[in-house]
Amino acid sequence: MLELHNIIKSYEGQPLLKNISLKVDSGETICLLGASGSGKSTLLRIIAGLEFSDSGFILWDSIDLSSTPPHLRDFGLVFQDYALFPHLDVFENVAFGLKMKNWNRQKIQERVVETLGLVNLSNFENRKVTDLSGGEQQRVALARALAPRPQLLMFDEPLGALDRALREEVLNELRLILHRTQVPAIYVTHDQEEAFTLADRILLLHNGEIVCEGTPAHVVANPCSAWAAKFLGLGNVINGLKIEGLKVKTEYGRFTLTCKHKHSKGDKVNLLVRPHEARSESNVIRGKVADVNFQQNQFKVTLENGLYVYLKNAPQIGRKIAVKIAVECLE
Amino acid sequence: MPLPAVNSVLSEVEGQNKACPEPGRRVKGRGLNTRVLIWFFPLAFLGIFFFYPLIRIFTLTLKPSLLLQADTLHITYDALRFTIYQAALSTILTLLLGLPSAYLFARYDFRGKSLLRALTAVPFMLPTVVVAAGFSALLGPRGWMQTLSAFFFPLSAPIPFNFIGTFSAILTAHVFYNTTIVIRIVSNAISRLDPKLEQAARSLGADSRRVWWHVILPLLRPSILAASLLVFLFDFTSFGVILLLGGPGLSTLEVEIYLQSVKYFNLSLAALLSLIQLLCTLIFSILYTRVTSAVTVQTAPRSISSNTRKPHNGRERIFVFAFYLLLITFYVLPLISIPLRSITRLEADRGQRGEVQTGLTTDYYSELFINRRDSVFYVPPIQAARNSLLYASATIILSLALGFPAASALVKPTRFEKILDPILMLPLGASAVTLGLGFIISYGRLLTNPALVPLAHTLVALPFVIRTLQPAIASIPERLRQAAASLGASPFRVWQTVDWQILRRATLSAATFAFTISLGEFGATLLISRPDYPTIPVAIEKFLSQPGGLNYGQAMAMATLLMLLTITCILIIEKLRLPGAGEF
Repeated sequence: MLELHNIIKSYEGQPLLKNISLKVDSGETICLLGASGSGKSTLLRIIAGLEFSDSGFILWDSIDLSSTPPHLRDFGLVFQDYALFPHLDVFENVAFGLKMKNWNRQKIQERVVETLGLVNLSNFENRKVTDLSGGEQQRVALARALAPRPQLLMFDEPLGALDRALREEVLNELRLILHRTQVPAIYVTHDQEEAFTLADRILLLHNGEIVCEGTPAHVVANPCSAWAAKFLGLGNVINGLKIEGLKVKTEYGRFTLTCKHKHSKGDKVNLLVRPHEARSESNVIRGKVADVNFQQNQFKVTLENGLYVYLKNAPQIGRKIAVKIAVECLE
Repeated sequence: MPLPAVNSVLSEVEGQNKACPEPGRRVKGRGLNTRVLIWFFPLAFLGIFFFYPLIRIFTLTLKPSLLLQADTLHITYDALRFTIYQAALSTILTLLLGLPSAYLFARYDFRGKSLLRALTAVPFMLPTVVVAAGFSALLGPRGWMQTLSAFFFPLSAPIPFNFIGTFSAILTAHVFYNTTIVIRIVSNAISRLDPKLEQAARSLGADSRRVWWHVILPLLRPSILAASLLVFLFDFTSFGVILLLGGPGLSTLEVEIYLQSVKYFNLSLAALLSLIQLLCTLIFSILYTRVTSAVTVQTAPRSISSNTRKPHNGRERIFVFAFYLLLITFYVLPLISIPLRSITRLEADRGQRGEVQTGLTTDYYSELFINRRDSVFYVPPIQAARNSLLYASATIILSLALGFPAASALVKPTRFEKILDPILMLPLGASAVTLGLGFIISYGRLLTNPALVPLAHTLVALPFVIRTLQPAIASIPERLRQAAASLGASPFRVWQTVDWQILRRATLSAATFAFTISLGEFGATLLISRPDYPTIPVAIEKFLSQPGGLNYGQAMAMATLLMLLTITCILIIEKLRLPGAGEF
């Protein structure tokens, strides 16, 4: 079980990670979700021992890892651009970690075949890695990391280089494999779809801090900041002024809502306008239709005031509409 | 020094900045006649001054009686064995210094890095005589180390420095010359290695030793092999270093060719040795080309700069500091010794057997302007500088005049012209001494004519000139010419406003190349120059081989002049290098 306590790291004078603490339980997959440059890859490399934090410590089963060099940590790492050894074939790539553990040839042979089977690459043993497609290369990289049975698997944007269809396919395989092997995993990505698909728990990283944490459903239902709501694409984030009781005044109209935090009259508040029509709600947004965009089974309707909403039926452009909608208080 | 196989370095490098030929680009309306005219002079020149002398060498060798002599076989075998032995040993030593240095440059950031890198590259362009003079000034019997040891141990007999004339002197000078090749090729390869491969290996349980053994070294192997072959080739054909720093019994093929032709007048044996030498360089060049075509290093997707960093822990700092110091010492001391020695009197001069005067002096420089009757020359030594400059200017004019048409024709070659390209590069494969020997054999009667020297220099410089001009000419987009023409420019105005603006830098760069090569050329010049028309390198060699403090001081003064001239030229070439152009 991995624990991080108060990891701090700055890079060229700029703070990159500010006081990061987290925990990964056995068999759990966590996703570190954040924009590029938020320091998530650096955090992975610190856990792997390839980089050092300025302060804070890393524990594995309550044992401090700070003096353990990377090759003794037993943490598998999968990179975005695969980082397969170009001078070795598929078999030798997957066998690399086993050779480093000084397994005998017989056992290496068996384990490589087994792992390649797990990632659906049976009979690829003697292929050159440079001849493989992107998806195949990523599977070899996964097999290479899985083969030595690491205590922890870490993924650094592993699907970033794949096209959309392939990404979905590999993502589903990955999900199955992680479930089957029960290896605890840390998955770093900037793509919320990937995070929602894979994660038991999501950690949102923003400006070097974990701003939000929870199961995917929890994070979507309770975005913990205006930034989180925007980053996850949960809806329109607008700001308003508290006027009285449960009422908030905004440039899009007045809304009635309950906030968890106590606000007094005149306070500024951030609101999330969920973009789905909800007939039971009392809040209404109004506006002229500026743009209608067909998306699978619904239409994304953008109003002239900038708000958007998903509707079952497409209204005409230029028409005034009013939609009942959920408005929530952020923070 | 004449550099065979540099053409491969050059072509490899300039391949990178060669512009893609534009679709639909046509050869300008040159008829067959124009093409013939373009090729006539370069090819006639090569035919008369390169191929004809080579053929003469071959025919001279094909005497069965020569081959059957036991003496011949003995000398040939000894020379070949020693040549290979010293080249192999030099290459290993060069790798020992070069590989860690390459790692230093590829992985670490430190103050003065680019300066240090430039410093290590300086010897490669320096004339051999200057390098030899440098080691002599530092470690020779009249050098600084000798003086310092006499100063610090005045009572005991001074420890004699038996460095000059030893095998170690040759090896040291070769390392001095060629380390930059290893540094450039291998550090380039290291910095192009994806750091994630290393990280992946470490996360898979490899300690740093195994990361090196199983990942980094296998990936660098082609580059290391290529660098080694190139270094070996240069060491194999090295002439000046061995003649000037070596001693009796230390005779390579090159030196033996020189000795046999000039000292023993055994031209047929010299020709046989030349032939063997030529075959060997040919084999190594082919090997090198094969190896470089196999160089494919996993390239890092990020920019190269992200791979370098400041040294982190104590061990890294010690490594960086130690190599920094080592390289600085190794490269600065021999070079700085020359100018310092040229203004310092360390021993008795002529006619001062008794008291030894030491101190600063400008005598060595002023002596250069005096024609002493018992001097090595019949003319004031400074004449050598005048000759060198004259020869160099002639070389510039000649090599540009021949190089321009050839280079522009090679930009868009016909099938026949594609064959001509390697033929034009061929003089690089022949050693300078062989070139000189060919001149002696073919044009012995004309040797009294000083014009032969710039002709030989042009042979050596022409491939460099062509390889500098060709990519520049190729980089001119046809669209620019068309645009200028459609805006109303006459053909001359087009050339003036488009072509010349782009070619100016390349032309100057090519001219400087020719100038530098001519200034420093030693092997061929030594064979064909007349004693009353010496060049600077020949004069330095003559001074160094004469006894007496004054002669030695004058050698240092001359070497200082030559060094300053050459370094100025190197700086100009560096400045003119097209942005984005590769190494060398």
